[in-house]
Amino acid sequence: MNYFPDEVIEHVFDYVVSHSDRNSLSLVCKSWYRIERFTRQRVFIGNCYSISPERLVERFPDLKSLTLKGKPHFADFSLVPHGWGGFVYPWIEALAKNKVGLEELRLKRMVVSDESLELLSRSFMNFKSLVLVSCEGFTTDGLAAVAANCRSLRELDLQENEVEDHKGQWLSCFPENCTSLVSLNFACLKGEINIGALERLVARSPNLKSLRLNRSVPVDALQRILMRAPQLMDLGIGSFFHDLNSDAYAKLKTTILKCTSITSLSGFLEIMDCIGDKGLGVVASTCKDLQELRVFPSAPFGNQGAVTEKGLVAISMGCRKLHSLLYFCHQMTNAALITVAKNCPNFIRFRLCILDATKPDPDTMQPLDEGFGAIVQSCKRLRRLSLSGQLTDQVFLYIGMYAEQLEMLSIAFAGESDKGMLYVLNGCKKLRKLEIRDCPFGDTALLTNIGKYETMRSLWMSSCEVTVGACKTLAKKMPSLNVEIFGEGEQADCYVEDGQRVEKMYLYRTVAGKREDAPEYVWTL
Amino acid sequence: MGSYIETELIINHKDTELRLGLPGSEDNQQSCNGSIVRSNKRSFSSETTSVEHESICKSNNVSSDTSNSSTTNNDHDHDQDTIQPKKVQVVGWPPIRSFRKNSLQQKKVEDGCGMYVKVSMAGAPYLRKIDLKVYKSYSELLIALENLFKCTFGEYSEREGYNGSECAPTYEDKDGDWMLVGDVPWNMFISSCKRLKIVKGSEAKGLACL
Repeated sequence: MNYFPDEVIEHVFDYVVSHSDRNSLSLVCKSWYRIERFTRQRVFIGNCYSISPERLVERFPDLKSLTLKGKPHFADFSLVPHGWGGFVYPWIEALAKNKVGLEELRLKRMVVSDESLELLSRSFMNFKSLVLVSCEGFTTDGLAAVAANCRSLRELDLQENEVEDHKGQWLSCFPENCTSLVSLNFACLKGEINIGALERLVARSPNLKSLRLNRSVPVDALQRILMRAPQLMDLGIGSFFHDLNSDAYAKLKTTILKCTSITSLSGFLEIMDCIGDKGLGVVASTCKDLQELRVFPSAPFGNQGAVTEKGLVAISMGCRKLHSLLYFCHQMTNAALITVAKNCPNFIRFRLCILDATKPDPDTMQPLDEGFGAIVQSCKRLRRLSLSGQLTDQVFLYIGMYAEQLEMLSIAFAGESDKGMLYVLNGCKKLRKLEIRDCPFGDTALLTNIGKYETMRSLWMSSCEVTVGACKTLAKKMPSLNVEIFGEGEQADCYVEDGQRVEKMYLYRTVAGKREDAPEYVWTL
Repeated sequence: MGSYIETELIINHKDTELRLGLPGSEDNQQSCNGSIVRSNKRSFSSETTSVEHESICKSNNVSSDTSNSSTTNNDHDHDQDTIQPKKVQVVGWPPIRSFRKNSLQQKKVEDGCGMYVKVSMAGAPYLRKIDLKVYKSYSELLIALENLFKCTFGEYSEREGYNGSECAPTYEDKDGDWMLVGDVPWNMFISSCKRLKIVKGSEAKGLACL
């Protein structure tokens, strides 16, 4: 292949799209590395601290799309103290300074300030798509800047962000000649929006395919909006319906049915409260094509609608195409999990959360090792797994043995000894993210297979048995890792003794060295 | 992209709290062995429980809720006969994004799901169900119950319960105890009432004499 001129190789590379394939291309030889970096358009950085913004821009000057993830996953559950990090500003600054033609920015669990949004909106003339998931730090003023300045904006997708509402008119900031919108999602905004501005915006966006509104949009407005957007394919509403018999709801139903192009709806199904095992049985018998399912617990209201293993078994029998599951329930049995494993061998993501975190199988009073063992043995394509319930080291033996495609594992209140964690580290060849809380894993578990961490993105351990001394040892032996330890808002220098237990440890591989923006309570060893 | 349905179902559950309880504690839903961290150390003394409870409290910024019927302190654990399941809230459990938790809680306030509880009366051929959320006060509830079961409750007084009546309304609370309706503030009653039972005759008098 080296006898072909560069242009030919470039042309071939155009067809190679996936991140991992492009990464592989760049490793073949020096000239491929060179050609690849100048033609690379999309870059995914799973941990924003694994590389510096300057290095990114230097290597990929022709970058068009950047995806960045910041805080560790357990930040979602308030386990990461405020101010830990994940700031996007340095990235936008570096891209702007080097005149990168950025068109798409996708961020997850990052801190996004209004300044960053403003800088973003003014720096990239062809900017088309902004996707923010679980981010925080910005207000509707930042959104106004994006609306006003990004002339070619196609996508503004805000998912589950903490946005401060400044009661401005950000929606009105979309200029009259902005007609390029394809996707607009502001479901997570808590404040009121200008309904008239929204209607006008929808009316002048003939390419609008996906629209997800927040709770402030009343039913009649929703109806009017739908009339103006018959080409809509994906619709989300924020309002919850109290009265399914109301005229408003009936009118809305007819309007939606008239939009024959709509293939996906969200927000409506949250009215199916109190569904219980029986309700799941109904879902199982009617939704044969169901691929992803998430069952959340709601606030307590008597004994109604408790979901147990029975609902899950029903789902597994009826929804054979199910590949992603997040299931909160009161209890689970080994028998049920074994049945589910047999019925649905195609699981890619299986996340089970038993609300009583250490509850055994209520029928046999045994731990759930065998049940989860069946899942990993049967679901050969499993990439993500979250465990709960009473679990011994045995479940980790099974995971290490059978979960060959596993990339992400979440463990809480499980295991008996260091052996458990080692089974996983030694066994799961494709493991990238391991997050552990409240488990009896200590220094031996941490230090026995340290080479493994270089093959992973990150490891989180909180409320385990790991000591300061062990973390220091690890950091010393592995300079390619950042080992951060922190407690709950305490100063970093409270960790004086090597024998002291570490409250929270987060380690990740990096080529950027120790980060400069860590708060005082984070100690990078 | 073909047809794609992403389903999110909200279900009810009893509570989102982890409970610490020694094995054999009467609450059959929480069979946790009294240790959040060391789930498999089945053989432990009550002393271990209180030590572990303390370390859990320290390491997880846990706040203990005292159960409403008795004082709950670590010393209680030493008494095997009076097992009090402790309600302990653990940070970050269950693992739900705070964003979603907030919207679910908002939903709890707003939605019209209703709070249906069973009402039984000895001698009645079948039970009834009523929506507690429909009523704003005890008097409304009692009138409704009187109509439903064609009985009368008489005048409520703190000292003598439902004096001079043939029936008295009782309810089962979260701890599984049968209580006289009317003793606690209405909102507390609403949040702890699992089911209602109308007791008659001597049973009623018996309760009133307590």
